Amino acid sequence: MIEKTVAELSAALAAGDISSVELTQTYLNRIGQLNSELNAFITVCEDSAMQQANAADTARAGGDSGALLGIPIAHKDIFCTEGVLTTCGSRMLHNFVSPYNATVVERLNSAGVVTLGKTNMDEFAMGSSNETSFFGDVRNPWDTKRVPGGSSGGSAAAVAADLCAMATGTDTGGSIRQPAAFCGITGFKPSYGRVSRWGMVAFASSLDQAGPLTKSAEDAALMLNAIAGLDEKDSTSIDTPTDDYTAGLNNSLEGLKIGIPRQHFAEGLNSEVEQSIRDALKEYEKLGATIKEIDLPNNHLSVSAYYVVAPAEASANLSRFDGVRYGYRCEDPVDLEDMYKRSRSEGFGDEVKRRILVGTYALSAGFYDAYYRKAQKIRRLIKNDFDEAFKEVDVIIGPTSPHTAFELGSKSDPVAMYLEDIYTIAVNLAGLPGISVPAGLVDGLPIGMHMVTNDFEESKLLNIAHKFQQSTDWHTRKPAIKTEEA
Amino acid sequence: MEWETVIGLEVHVSLSTQSKLFSGSSTKFGAEPNTQANIFDAALPGTLPVFNKDALRMAVRFGVGIGAEIGKRSVFDRKNYFYPDLPKGYQVTQLDYPTVGKGSLTVVLSDGREKEIGVTRAHIEENAGKSLHEDYHGMSGIDLNRAGEPLLEIVSEPEISNAEEAVAYLKKLHTIIRYLDISDAIMAQGSMRCDVNVSIRRVGDTELGTRTEIKNINSFRFVEKAIHSEVQRQQELIEDGGRVIQETRRYNADRDETTPMRSKEVANDYRYFPEPDLLPIVIDDAYIEAIRADLPELPDAKKQRFVEEFKLSDYDAGVLASSRELAEYFELVAKQTGDAKLAANWVSGDLQALLNKNSWEVADCPIQAERLASLISRIKDDTISGKIAKTVFETMIEDASSVDDIIEAKGLKQVTDSGEIEKLVDDVIANNPDQVQQFKEGKEQVIGFLVGQAMQLSKGKANPGQVNALLKDKMK
Repeated sequence: MIEKTVAELSAALAAGDISSVELTQTYLNRIGQLNSELNAFITVCEDSAMQQANAADTARAGGDSGALLGIPIAHKDIFCTEGVLTTCGSRMLHNFVSPYNATVVERLNSAGVVTLGKTNMDEFAMGSSNETSFFGDVRNPWDTKRVPGGSSGGSAAAVAADLCAMATGTDTGGSIRQPAAFCGITGFKPSYGRVSRWGMVAFASSLDQAGPLTKSAEDAALMLNAIAGLDEKDSTSIDTPTDDYTAGLNNSLEGLKIGIPRQHFAEGLNSEVEQSIRDALKEYEKLGATIKEIDLPNNHLSVSAYYVVAPAEASANLSRFDGVRYGYRCEDPVDLEDMYKRSRSEGFGDEVKRRILVGTYALSAGFYDAYYRKAQKIRRLIKNDFDEAFKEVDVIIGPTSPHTAFELGSKSDPVAMYLEDIYTIAVNLAGLPGISVPAGLVDGLPIGMHMVTNDFEESKLLNIAHKFQQSTDWHTRKPAIKTEEA
Repeated sequence: MEWETVIGLEVHVSLSTQSKLFSGSSTKFGAEPNTQANIFDAALPGTLPVFNKDALRMAVRFGVGIGAEIGKRSVFDRKNYFYPDLPKGYQVTQLDYPTVGKGSLTVVLSDGREKEIGVTRAHIEENAGKSLHEDYHGMSGIDLNRAGEPLLEIVSEPEISNAEEAVAYLKKLHTIIRYLDISDAIMAQGSMRCDVNVSIRRVGDTELGTRTEIKNINSFRFVEKAIHSEVQRQQELIEDGGRVIQETRRYNADRDETTPMRSKEVANDYRYFPEPDLLPIVIDDAYIEAIRADLPELPDAKKQRFVEEFKLSDYDAGVLASSRELAEYFELVAKQTGDAKLAANWVSGDLQALLNKNSWEVADCPIQAERLASLISRIKDDTISGKIAKTVFETMIEDASSVDDIIEAKGLKQVTDSGEIEKLVDDVIANNPDQVQQFKEGKEQVIGFLVGQAMQLSKGKANPGQVNALLKDKMK
């Protein structure tokens, strides 16, 4: 039962084949069996989960329905959850119990989900391998010597290993899509502003966006139905009407125009990954799509621009972690400056410090024009590239990552790690919706196919992804979890 | 050596919105520490700002009120620095695109000269909290009630030449802000604060000298004294061969001197960048025009009207128009009594003195306009003399009864009965033969003494005009 999609579980719950209490207990048992190996969860909420499951069953008995009623979910530990530890993967917040819920959490609660716990992540969402977490590495369920990707690595691993039915994640430069690709699941980043950021610990405010990690595009649509839409608490959330994202899932793709960016099929791309994507494209041709090569001429600038804008915003966003009001404070500070210096030196890990330094430098007097302002100009150029492309095509498709999941500890050079997001980062800079769906296996490891549509075309993107999953079964492949002990 | 002074002022005004600039917390003054701070004000992770549009309305109202350019698109920026009373580690302000652009104020100086002083800009920003350094046994307390309150920072051009002009500019700003009802602007409570930039140069020089900034001055008088003391310091320094260094100083009122602030208190690189959590504020002409249509009559226009409509002197009109409440009070009294001159004398004289003596606002005053108007009416209809009216006025402060009841109860009604007056006059003539003789010999000014005697005899109640006429008549 636990391997099923949300859509399937929802039907089983509605039919009375299983109760939410039974389902929740099964997931909790599996977390108990596998979490010590995978380290996907930082916090497991057994008692409250069982209470919520009970409440869901009672509500259903009372006539309530709803696609997510009684469905067990896991939240990335970047979302504030009332009364529950919210660490953001950092020592800085190792003891922070949020007094309020993120809007995403609140909306899912209203839809009747059962929260199993909080998932591990790169510290403050800074990383592409989940190795920067204060709470230790997350292991990839397909091969526990490998990384699950990041920063939403715990959520991706949890969904892939059936520790939950679905999970939330956040994506600033690829942090939903890349771990989804590495773990063989569906990861969806909506348009910037589509989902409220209230209660999501900020990394880079102009890039951060919440989204689902699920077992299918249909499940992503179900989750997006619950979380999308204007939130008055987030001034950057968009006041455009939201769709029923499941309504158009089965629309025909006849006449769909797919663009293949030359720059995403160039040097650096693993040839077997490339072959898998090209095979997947053939499926689309069968569904009536046409394919043409396009150019994203400024794509090569995206990683550089991102690593100015994101650290700059982060350097300010992370200033509030000063040991004064909550979170980590050093022992016996001698004075204010000592408290600031030691609390932040001891509370943040190396990658976070590196980005604070980079961001502080980029914003410094005399460097602002050369870095921050220039990066913003590049951002505009990148958006223009997409605007041009979408005059000719409906969707842009390529690989999510140049390769499959790499081994833990194998990338020690920060820049090599930053280049992990070469295909995904431009989408954040442009604020567009993007999705990664499983599209093959190489040496027993999953491959992600990355698809991007224009602003607020979530429905179209989910339709394109869903049709692929209707005609292929890559998204149903499961890891045979081999633990080192076993 | 001849020096001239160049001064620019940065004035922070707390806008009197009901809630904070980016959160729903109350802005009420004087609450228990941290009772007006919510999760956003305390900068909990994940919280986001939501702009209070009332602050925008007030800022635009100020801009329109001083005839300034209005930014149709204003942008918030983050100003980064660490301090415990700044919970986010940055202050949200407006750097490149302020809501209010160039404008000006006209001030009247003591010699009657008018001077126009340019306003460079006025931008919206959030206040910091307060650090409490006492009673915490080697630690500091933080009160976030004030954190996130909306401020309007009004920056003048460096066009102010001395302390008198600086104070006149500040008072004019204060008056306009009070007229616009966008802030209490009470310096003693911190709802209006002033930073003064001062430099000096040799008369004739075109380059500005190096300036110092004196921070956070909280009274008009201290602004004046701080400027005097800083100008003197800079002159002595340069004349002794030294150089002024650009720095931030504070004014110590007890010692009447400015001293440098520790360099740690002065962050040097704020790393401004556009606040990504807020969209630019975009407004259109209709928005601005609606605010313009809603403006009250402002002090300069009111003063002009008082001169024309009530035939007041420039000076009287200026004094009355300097406070919206006082001007409204005056106008009520003038209309009700039909005697603007008398109303102006009473309001700018006795009433103003009463307010000053007790530090009352007009609203606190036990003698409201209607009561003063009936007092003046009783002078005009000869029920009491002007002199007796002062006694009645004094009584009215303590006694809430009507003017007529007070006059009645105290038996202050003026004697106009000709029989009684004749008796008084006869007594005075009988008791002062020498003065009567002098009058008859042509020393007519002695009449004043004789009227005075009659008034004294009547305990001030006799009608002095009648007494005067009858005395003259009888001494012919």
